[in-house]
Amino acid sequence: MAGPRSDHHVILRVVAKPLIPIIALFALYVHFHGDYSPGGGFQAGVIIVVAVVLYALVFGITPAMRAVPPVFARSLAALGFIIFAGVGVWALIMGGNFLDYDVLFNEEPGGHMGQHYGIIAVEVGVLFAVAGSMLSIFYAFAGRVTEIKDEDW
Amino acid sequence: MIAGYSGADLAIALINVLLLGLLFVVGVAIARMRSLFAIVMLSGIYSLISATWFVALDAVDVAFTEAAVGAGISTALLLGAMLLTARTAKPEKGAMQIVPILVVLATGAMLVYATIDLPAFGDPDSPANTYVGTDYLERTPREIAVPNIVTAVLASYRGFDTLGETGVVFTAALAVILLLGFGERSLSATFNRKKDKK
Amino acid sequence: MLEFVLERGNYWAIIGLMMIGLYTLFAATNLIKKLVGLSIFQTSIILFYISLSRIDGGTAPILYGKDAKGHSGGHDEAAGAHGAASEAAHAASDAAHGAADAAHGAASHGLEHVYSNPLPHVLMLTAIVVGVATLAVGLAIVVRIREAYGTIESDEIRETDLEVARAEYAVDQADEANPA
Repeated sequence: MAGPRSDHHVILRVVAKPLIPIIALFALYVHFHGDYSPGGGFQAGVIIVVAVVLYALVFGITPAMRAVPPVFARSLAALGFIIFAGVGVWALIMGGNFLDYDVLFNEEPGGHMGQHYGIIAVEVGVLFAVAGSMLSIFYAFAGRVTEIKDEDW
Repeated sequence: MIAGYSGADLAIALINVLLLGLLFVVGVAIARMRSLFAIVMLSGIYSLISATWFVALDAVDVAFTEAAVGAGISTALLLGAMLLTARTAKPEKGAMQIVPILVVLATGAMLVYATIDLPAFGDPDSPANTYVGTDYLERTPREIAVPNIVTAVLASYRGFDTLGETGVVFTAALAVILLLGFGERSLSATFNRKKDKK
Repeated sequence: MLEFVLERGNYWAIIGLMMIGLYTLFAATNLIKKLVGLSIFQTSIILFYISLSRIDGGTAPILYGKDAKGHSGGHDEAAGAHGAASEAAHAASDAAHGAADAAHGAASHGLEHVYSNPLPHVLMLTAIVVGVATLAVGLAIVVRIREAYGTIESDEIRETDLEVARAEYAVDQADEANPA
């Protein structure tokens, strides 16, 4: 927004500004703590998107698109899916079945390292794919130019 | 057996009744409302109440997802779609309402009849709760070593399933982009609007 | 009788919610309202699955206490004795499982605490995320319908379609009447 800011949303802006990084941080907590508590890639991806949506609602869609470009969002979605499928292919290359994490590091039977890192990698893939997809969807709706005028509200 | 309902079980039964009552009120309000803004907001409230109910039913992961997705993203999407379409819904025609009511009553009666054969609520020996579900509970500690069994099943035992779901979400994003465009058009549109004002 | 009602009251309430969603889906002419009805219907199915997965006296399926301990070897792989010791433990616990399965119905299943069934949780968790993705596709189609027809009321859309079809038919008839 190039013009002078209208001031009737000042409280909203002041409250939202510190809240957005906290929401993003909470998303990371939910993601990396997903093994031990409720949470995981799906939830964390959505929460990160919620942070961007809040930014777009309060500060306008154009600054939000400048902060997180739509190109980045859709690339992130594709990258996440590739990471997920890539872990499966990695297991294939190591001689196991598709997405069989036990063989990832050629470890002794009874070791849990493969499962541990396999799950983390797959959850990162889910996080990227869900966050990128949901953000692309939001941008597609928010970026469509409205025909209805504001006065009709 | 009323005597069996004591302590925590009784509390959960009461919470169930309360939350289901709230869901009913919100659902009927959605069905009768005509302002789309109110409908969208009530659907967000509906999602939040059902998330609370999921917590009472021990499904914490599902509650988390429902609260984040149902009340967060889907409300934002519905509002965005409403901005692009209409503000109010047309009222249903009086004579036309009777047909859906009859269909709904008939379907509901059939479904209620079918519940007679269902296992009791909270039955540990029901078919759904015995074989594969408990198997995951037993095997996760030694095979996956992750305390949250939902994560273990989601990412490891049923990883292929989750890969498919991720693919569906990605495909849905592609479909929306194909239908509505990337969204970058709004950047030029806002500049044009500014120019028009000047 | 009362016991029967208490055991199934949940299902009936969920069926009631599902029917509210179905009614909204049928009766509403507004496409966005229809989609909201569809999502109510979907949420009620998720509620049904989750209430099937509940076990009396159970807790959320996150291992705690003794169930979670003794398996933390996954994090410190350095514990060399882990392998052999746990192998023996597995053999013992497998035997115990066999006994438990034989005497089916013992809710313990080799674990200290009772947990709800995690499988429906997993299925419904992904169903919610996929549900919002499909809702987004539906809304996108509604937006395109609004741009093409100028309305999102299904009966008005049908009338517009009918008028266009009639007009095309009239043009066709006129062409056939004088092929020159």
